[in-house]
Amino acid sequence: MQPGSGTGTRLATVLTIDQATYDAIVAHAKRDHPDEACGIVAGPEGSDRAERFIEMVNAAGSPTFYEFDSTDLLQLYKEMDARDEEPVIVYHSHTATEAYPSRTDIGLASEPHAHYVLVSTREHGNNEGPVEFRSYRIVDGEVTEEEVTVVATLS
Amino acid sequence: MAIEVKIPTILRTYTGGEKAVSAEGASLSTLIDDLEANHAGIKDRLIDNGDLRRFVNVYVNDEDVRFIGGLQAELKDGDSVVILPAVAGGAR
Repeated sequence: MQPGSGTGTRLATVLTIDQATYDAIVAHAKRDHPDEACGIVAGPEGSDRAERFIEMVNAAGSPTFYEFDSTDLLQLYKEMDARDEEPVIVYHSHTATEAYPSRTDIGLASEPHAHYVLVSTREHGNNEGPVEFRSYRIVDGEVTEEEVTVVATLS
Repeated sequence: MAIEVKIPTILRTYTGGEKAVSAEGASLSTLIDDLEANHAGIKDRLIDNGDLRRFVNVYVNDEDVRFIGGLQAELKDGDSVVILPAVAGGAR
């Protein structure tokens, strides 16, 4: 059973991410702790290449919830549309619990092609130190964890 | 009266994969009924208990409809409507 087989368009079982983007996501999560941080990494449609890191404001400003501001959301999608991009990664942090999709995360996931990245800052908060960094496919309420491969640069 | 409606990836199962469709209506409410007539099932993904779903955003000419009357927002020929699911979640 391949993740994403419900839509049948892309069957990656690995998230490949470059070191700079990985570091940027972790830095954002640490900076915004104890609130949840969120954002996306866009890439050319159908390419599965996470190329363009875009930090978003958590309009909920909450330690237990995130939501892109509705005006920012429209701007983001118009921009991606104009550039023939799609969200390759949708990321957010959990600040007191593990890096696993909550029931809310699963219910609201609406990008069947995206890698949902979760970072947990519960161990070290704003400080230096390792974080949990995990990636999932969430399609039709089904969660499939996938491997994360960090490379120096995308080939 | 033709209004272009942009459809998000998750709802393209109702539009045969189309990213945008043409629909008619003098208000968002009648526009959604017209969408439903041609793309059965889509209405339920947008409306719950007679109201726009909390985690669905609809924009008319780049304005969030929540600020211009919600389902009663008026539409005219040539308007552009964008539907986007909220990007949201969290540990709660």
